Amino acid sequence: MLKKLFVIGLSLMIASLLLVACSRTGKDQKSSVKYITIKGSDTMVHLASNWAEVYMDKHKDVDISVTGGGSGTGIAALLNGTTDICIASRKIKAKEESLATEKGITPNEIATSRDGIAVVVNPENLINELSIEQIGKIYIGAYTSWQDVGGPDEPIVILSRESSSGTYVFFQKRVMSKKDYSQEAMLMPSTSAIIQSISQDTWAIGYVGLGYGVQAGDKVKMLGVKNDVESPAISPSVASVQDASYGIARPLYFYTNGIPDGATKDFVNFVLSDEGQAIVLEAGYVPIN
Amino acid sequence: MNTWRDKVIYTILVGSASTSIFIVLLIFFFLGKEALPFINDPGFSGLFNLRWIPVSFNKEIFGLIPLITGSVLVTLLATILMIPFGVLGAIYIAEIATGRERSFLKPFIEILAGIPSVVIGFFGLVVLSPIIKDIFGLSTGLTAITGAILLALMAVPTVITVSEDAIQSVPGAYREASLALGANRLQTIFRIIVPAALPGIIAAIMLGMGRVIGETMAVLMVTGNAAKITFNPFDSVRTMTATIAAEMGEVAFGSHHYQALFWVGIFLLIMTFFINLIAQQVLKKYQMR
Repeated sequence: MLKKLFVIGLSLMIASLLLVACSRTGKDQKSSVKYITIKGSDTMVHLASNWAEVYMDKHKDVDISVTGGGSGTGIAALLNGTTDICIASRKIKAKEESLATEKGITPNEIATSRDGIAVVVNPENLINELSIEQIGKIYIGAYTSWQDVGGPDEPIVILSRESSSGTYVFFQKRVMSKKDYSQEAMLMPSTSAIIQSISQDTWAIGYVGLGYGVQAGDKVKMLGVKNDVESPAISPSVASVQDASYGIARPLYFYTNGIPDGATKDFVNFVLSDEGQAIVLEAGYVPIN
Repeated sequence: MNTWRDKVIYTILVGSASTSIFIVLLIFFFLGKEALPFINDPGFSGLFNLRWIPVSFNKEIFGLIPLITGSVLVTLLATILMIPFGVLGAIYIAEIATGRERSFLKPFIEILAGIPSVVIGFFGLVVLSPIIKDIFGLSTGLTAITGAILLALMAVPTVITVSEDAIQSVPGAYREASLALGANRLQTIFRIIVPAALPGIIAAIMLGMGRVIGETMAVLMVTGNAAKITFNPFDSVRTMTATIAAEMGEVAFGSHHYQALFWVGIFLLIMTFFINLIAQQVLKKYQMR
């Protein structure tokens, strides 16, 4: 009896799944619908989905699909002509560009937004600025005391995001010269947990998205970051991330084949419009202007 | 008509009773299926590495040892903490408390058992960890002991309820004989009642341990999650449950990392399985007396 019920339940579930799958492919086959495919950076997937959702709500005749896989995957897809828009959290490499010319594709770069990472410490910590190299050495475990960076002889408590976070990898790449995190690094489940811990632990250091750092107010102190030892310290802000003077930030790009037209052009214009840029701020990134 | 109805009800009851067996088997099968490819590539011995570095630009390392020691340390500490509270609490409620006291205490113990672990975890992060940090003069309150205290708090209701049952099922004749021979109340409790109920009390502690080792959310929030091998209660640890919870969400399907996480699950299942098995055996022995 129960077995029967179970079987019925299971088949209902499978049937509904199939139905959903069918209705999706059915929609894809309609000829009046215009498609835009977006592929690339995992960092931008969330942001691109937000744009796509709002845009599709306004334009019922446009169907946008967003997939991740990484910036490299996105650029490869653009060169193979399998995506309309490539989302990338880095610039196209010279090698990729020459490959594009070979294939008769002209990558067109559109900066859409920026992503800034603030390095934060407890407000009682007297350190106000560090160079990128110093921060890297703290995170790989080469510096273990604040004395190593000109502070008091207190142990550094290293806070990081979980390894599943895109920020974890970006920080590793940009600040830590791709070296492994120290095994003393404490991996926090969320940005708010980092801010909470920093506000309690006098000798902790962590990194958070700029939006969160600003929101935390005086619970944490955002450090000024020197790109190298001689250069001046730049404090993170929407302005310094926008003009690229702040070091731990990256532009988030769209790449298209040539100047976009049709539905793609309209979507790009939407992204660059005030409304699109408001979505950027909402998602925790920095608008382009 | 009657026999037909009996049969239906009988089938429903047997079916619902054996669902859990079916589900346990399914879980074992599923874990094994997802984890198995790891044995060929990169090899089973990789699981016995001393580091857990699932995300790296150099070489990913999936050593389970730091995670296992982390879970064992937190579980042992929590067990040490829950024994006095759980057992003494049960003795008081079963032997000493008046009817009114008991009817006041029991509901509160049940409420404690019902608090969601994420709420306890939040309490740990915001209230308990700063206290631990100040009392022991640590640089951070996110330590194994903080997690152990929270887990003990969550397991104490189980220990009290099961131990109390064990103490109450000690035959009244034991108590009367002891008192008749001139032993006072304290002597009766600690020399007659508790030894007689000991198997039940041990089983209660084992059940509490089973709850502790499988608990995820609270430890994820307060133990700091640094994957290193340590037996210092004031160090940060990364437990097996927290690792699965934190990393499973973003891991690439079918990757080595994904398979390694299933191995973590298998080891965890084996550990809880043995703890439950021992508890069952002890209880069985107890019931035969």
